[in-house]
Amino acid sequence: MAVTTGARPFANSLTAGRLPRGATFGVLAASWLVLLVVFLLLQMGGVTENYNLVGALVLGTVLFAVTLFAVSFAVEGSRLAKDRLATILVTCAFVLALIPLVSLVFTVVTFGAARFDPQFFSYSMRNVVGQGGGAIHAIIGTVVITLAAAAMSVPIGMLTAIYLVEYGRGRLAQAITFLVDVMTGIPSIVAGLFAYALFVLFTEPGVRMGFGGAVALSVLMIPIVVRSTEEMLKLVPNELREASYALGVPKWLTIVKVVLPTSLAGILTGVTLAIARVIGETAPLLIIAGFTASVNYNLFSDRMMTLPVFVYNQYVSQGQDAQAYIDRAWTGALVLILIVMLLNLIARIVARVFAPKSR
Amino acid sequence: MTAVAKTPTAIKAKQRPGDRVFSASTVFAGSLILVILAAVALFLIAQSVPAFAADPADIVGGEGFWSYVAPLAFGTVWGAIIALAIAVPLSIGIALFISHYAPRRLASPLGYVIDLLAAVPSVVYGLWGIGVLAPAVVPFYLWLTENLGWFPLFSGPVSGTGRTILTVAVVLAVMILPIITALSREIFLQTPRLHEEAALALGATRWEMIRIAVLPFGRPGIVSASMLGLGRALGETMAVAIILSPAAIVKFALLQQQNPNTIAANIALSFPESFGLGTNTLIASGLMLFVITLVVNSIARYIVNRRKAFSGAN
Amino acid sequence: MNITRFGGVTALAAVAALALTSCAANETGGAAPAASEGSTDGGSALSGTLVGIGASSQGSAQEAWRAAFQTANPEVTVEYSPDGSGAGREAFIAGGADFAGSDRALNEEELAGTFGKCAEGTSAIDLPVYISPIAVIFNLEGVDELNLDQATLAGIFAGTITTWDAPEIAQLNPEATLPSSPITAVHRSDDSGTTENFTEYLHAVAPDVWTEEADGVWPESFGGEAAAQTSGVVDAVTNGNGTIGYADASRAGELGVAKIKVGEEFVEYSPEAAAAIVDASPEAEGREENDIAFEIDRTSTEAGVYPIVLVSYLITCQDYQDDETAALVKAYVGYVASEEGQAEAASTAGIAPLSSTVSAQVSTAIESIK
Repeated sequence: MAVTTGARPFANSLTAGRLPRGATFGVLAASWLVLLVVFLLLQMGGVTENYNLVGALVLGTVLFAVTLFAVSFAVEGSRLAKDRLATILVTCAFVLALIPLVSLVFTVVTFGAARFDPQFFSYSMRNVVGQGGGAIHAIIGTVVITLAAAAMSVPIGMLTAIYLVEYGRGRLAQAITFLVDVMTGIPSIVAGLFAYALFVLFTEPGVRMGFGGAVALSVLMIPIVVRSTEEMLKLVPNELREASYALGVPKWLTIVKVVLPTSLAGILTGVTLAIARVIGETAPLLIIAGFTASVNYNLFSDRMMTLPVFVYNQYVSQGQDAQAYIDRAWTGALVLILIVMLLNLIARIVARVFAPKSR
Repeated sequence: MTAVAKTPTAIKAKQRPGDRVFSASTVFAGSLILVILAAVALFLIAQSVPAFAADPADIVGGEGFWSYVAPLAFGTVWGAIIALAIAVPLSIGIALFISHYAPRRLASPLGYVIDLLAAVPSVVYGLWGIGVLAPAVVPFYLWLTENLGWFPLFSGPVSGTGRTILTVAVVLAVMILPIITALSREIFLQTPRLHEEAALALGATRWEMIRIAVLPFGRPGIVSASMLGLGRALGETMAVAIILSPAAIVKFALLQQQNPNTIAANIALSFPESFGLGTNTLIASGLMLFVITLVVNSIARYIVNRRKAFSGAN
Repeated sequence: MNITRFGGVTALAAVAALALTSCAANETGGAAPAASEGSTDGGSALSGTLVGIGASSQGSAQEAWRAAFQTANPEVTVEYSPDGSGAGREAFIAGGADFAGSDRALNEEELAGTFGKCAEGTSAIDLPVYISPIAVIFNLEGVDELNLDQATLAGIFAGTITTWDAPEIAQLNPEATLPSSPITAVHRSDDSGTTENFTEYLHAVAPDVWTEEADGVWPESFGGEAAAQTSGVVDAVTNGNGTIGYADASRAGELGVAKIKVGEEFVEYSPEAAAAIVDASPEAEGREENDIAFEIDRTSTEAGVYPIVLVSYLITCQDYQDDETAALVKAYVGYVASEEGQAEAASTAGIAPLSSTVSAQVSTAIESIK
């Protein structure tokens, strides 16, 4: 990639200078130091009660951006100054996004570690009151329901996207594009209500089953799969398709052997995001998959516990020994995140193995 | 758009069985979406009709369905707009950082790190929001109202617990960041290398190259990704329900005790105890959320379609 | 074939295989039928699944009851979904649940209808088995004890008393050093039985200040901060400063709890005081013999009563279509209302055990279930 420091055009220029190599980090360190000292003085002077490290670093970074921009503007001219500013802003955006992530991970891991023990993965909540117990029933439920939902929505979503990009013409394609947009807007809780209403038609009132949860999740997942797959298929260069046709390869084989592998990495990212999106859904599962303390493998009968519902329930109905419930909730959250991370990792490995060439 | 569209004459390719089966199955999958959506819509509308038809006095609040749903609709859109305003610039920055600034070897792991944010379920965001974020932002909010209180958005009195719509918007922004970032990143990486190199060859700095080659190419993708994020922000239920201190009011202020509630959170909070007409009213409000998202998505689709030069590398 | 799908499915299958190889250690082989002294007549001979849906307030108590009952009767599975009272009643009426938990008794309209699981022509009965005091919790630096009378309490929650050093509060707490910070009154943002009972109390004792009728949804006009579920209220009160809220007493934890004026005294909540107010209250009139519903006398001035309580009911059929279900319900509800059942929930969920008079009344009603 063309990632070279942008200063080259000016290297030979006689009118514009260049900042020395270490200028960026030097200015950053200096600005932080200045603000750290200022805040220290403020604290010693009794203006602020506690030492405000966060404030010092934030203001220090602002000072750094302003100083570097000004210096660069004076020495290197406006274009390079803007380039430097853009680099600072883009890097700041990334660092800023890391803050909630680090905070979240720290919170979940510290609170979740309390119950991250073998018992958590081998016990259900049947006959457990107060301390102890585990979430094996919820882990099984989440895996089974999400598996079922993915097995339904990934084929439907991908085939639809293929239809829209490769085959779709006229009214039907327009209608489907439009309706996929509509589907993105279905609130998760409404998907749960829909699944409930659907299954009540076929079974007895008050029905609760894991499969209903899978259907509700599919309704949420399909549009995401369609959207992201569609976006990725559109990015496949037409030359590839044309070259394939020119060699006499049938259209369907062109799609399966050329188009799909080319966009595989992007599609997998989309599918993984779709799974990540639905695996944490609480509201629809609360309505249709229900709530139980025991293990249930059967998708088609009785209630099935899932991890998000487990987390929510442990948080909401805390008993007298509240800490035990809160600990279980956080550990459940930790396990849920670990499962999604694992899925992510597997998708990435699969993408690397099957992709035609690395980018 | 695709290769077939360009075949000018009526020469027909040989129809192989494989082709027929494959295209038939894609059509079937596409039509299945029609069926599912029709079923959902029918169910929603059928369940909503009693709420529309009911005597206004019977609806919660006593003034009819529309005045019941109006503040909720406002809160939904307002919260999502703030979240989007925070998330989109950040996401573009992050996507650019990963695709064009970070060392190449680090790009993939960094992308993975951001994807981690998508791995966190909304309940956990809720617990984190009420337990960590809300208490942490209180001093900052206090400072805002004291120093920028003249600005209507930051007017006091400030909430004592930090559980305001701004906090919710920040959490929503964090939740939609990975969605927008992941898709933008993929699209930035697809920028034709020739465009980038041509820009650099003309003497552009890295930022100028991004401005004239990468961003224009990626714009429809950014819009599309943002709308996907907006869709999630509009429909987010549990995190909002856990964090927000809601009331049925229309108010732009960001830092006060009473904040406009969102439709989805209101359904989650009221559904368990609702019965009869109350349930119908909630489902009808779900229908409204549906319509709002539909309008938003249609606008996005219109923007994307206006710039159709978006297929393939040429 | 489709590589993506293959990959995804393999990945999931691998995880699934991992999970499926292990079984819940506490479910297989375990659960030795500890023939507890409390098992009801022929208890361990029971088998089957019993499904209940209802109030989330009963959630943790139901957890304790289920665990004890299932241990005594290993062949029985009792489910209780804390979906909410409304959902519970609706499911029970439609026949989707064997029993319901509800923060209010069935009203006349509901009783006049039919019930899915009940024999034709018979009705359902309400059994009060869950009495929980609602505590007024607060978090104010430097203040551990707080006395409030009815009008002041209503004023704080209605938003007419806005600072902690307001004369109304100062007058009742001459010994406390009250700061001038603003009061943040936290209420439930969801539709709940706790809110309904709390507002019913406020409206009954201070109708001038609290002008709205009792409702499960907090009236918007009074303002204040809102939080989801009991846990949300407790979190908001704990994390803020100068906050006050109301929650099930079992969840008060380390927080300060206000003493409420009853008659001439300031009373702190206690299980006994909560059970006493139910004793002192009249039964709702015009109900069938075994249908027990109380109208709590919020304005009671008797000594030793705590009037802010939540009474939650179990709703069952008087006569089930299915005899096996009837036997199961009878055994389970019988255990719940028994002395051990109440004591169990008191220690794990902080409920107020039924007084002996109410307990006897409920037991008679349960005996009549068939």
